[in-house]
Amino acid sequence: MSAAPPHERFLTRHSFIELPARERARAILDADSFRELLGPFDRLKSPWLPLQGVVAQSDDGVVIARGRIGGRPAVVAAIEGAFQGGSIGEVSGSKVAGALELALRDCERGRPVLPVLLLETGGVRLQEANLGLAAIAEIHAAIVALRRHVPVVGVVAGMVGCFGGMSLAAALCTTLIVTRQARLGMNGPEVIEQEAGIAELDSTDHALIWSLVGGEQRHATGLADALVDDDAEAIAAQVRSAVERVASPRSEQVECFLERLASIDPGNPPEPRALRALWAREDAGGH
Amino acid sequence: MEVLNFTYPARQPVAQRVHVGVVGSGDLEVLLEPSPDQHAHVAVTTSVDGFGAVWKIVLDRFFSRFAGAAAIEINDFGATPGVVMLRLEQAVETLHR
Repeated sequence: MSAAPPHERFLTRHSFIELPARERARAILDADSFRELLGPFDRLKSPWLPLQGVVAQSDDGVVIARGRIGGRPAVVAAIEGAFQGGSIGEVSGSKVAGALELALRDCERGRPVLPVLLLETGGVRLQEANLGLAAIAEIHAAIVALRRHVPVVGVVAGMVGCFGGMSLAAALCTTLIVTRQARLGMNGPEVIEQEAGIAELDSTDHALIWSLVGGEQRHATGLADALVDDDAEAIAAQVRSAVERVASPRSEQVECFLERLASIDPGNPPEPRALRALWAREDAGGH
Repeated sequence: MEVLNFTYPARQPVAQRVHVGVVGSGDLEVLLEPSPDQHAHVAVTTSVDGFGAVWKIVLDRFFSRFAGAAAIEINDFGATPGVVMLRLEQAVETLHR
């Protein structure tokens, strides 16, 4: 962190959260290397939304871009959170899965492609139900296969966050980058309130929600690897460093996480702060 | 959901295609590309029914200043007339950049 006054740091920032998906992908890739696949003019839309009276988007809310990161071939899948909450339908999910599967094929042929997922999604698109879930399963399988060859980097910037089946995709990534504005969890706060009642969770209590599933908490408890400011260049720099980092994916550290779970009494769950002490990351103090 | 089609006379060809916007709440996306004939064509898909007359007023005003033979697809998610006009002008600005 620089010593400049906070407002000056703010003014020099170029917000990543405020960027739409296409510009986010452009910001992650090396300058002038962005090349979109299956763009809006290919009109690969959801065939299911109009049948249910919902206006479709020409790219189904996912931008797939080839380009370079630190000079190396890369593919970015960026989800547009403003379209249908970034929900994963048959087409948008297949675009992500297809991009990852093609990257895998290149990796297997000795031509590594670095995959980056910009996750801004409530999870499966309810209007497309099982078709979206099937695509999400394909995304999971592709991430697990790919990370044997190259680091798979996920970014959750906000403000939608990353929920449902796609939170599992985030958890499968080799490296997960979050901002303070990010949220990461299986069920969204509204769903929990609806199913378990307001006594369980008040979804309008933002401070409470972020203390539970916010990026800072997820990072402090070791469920995300890097916490960065909402700054396009800072996030791109973090991605460039993550693609160089060979790490054991969190989902392979089964014993470690079973031990962590065993240290918690579900009948008397710890407060967010207590959980930070209980699950402190090994490099605590590094951020 | 409603689909509306409009045709306007055009005086000059459009050389390239442009995409702006997002089908987000109160917003819309515009896909603008060369028209297959000498006219401008607009196909609007909107989530809000019953506003055909307002769309015509907004598009009449836009085409009083824009004479390109463009095929324009609009996918709208409840944008106000002001936002519609801003997105159309953004598309033209991007076209001329």
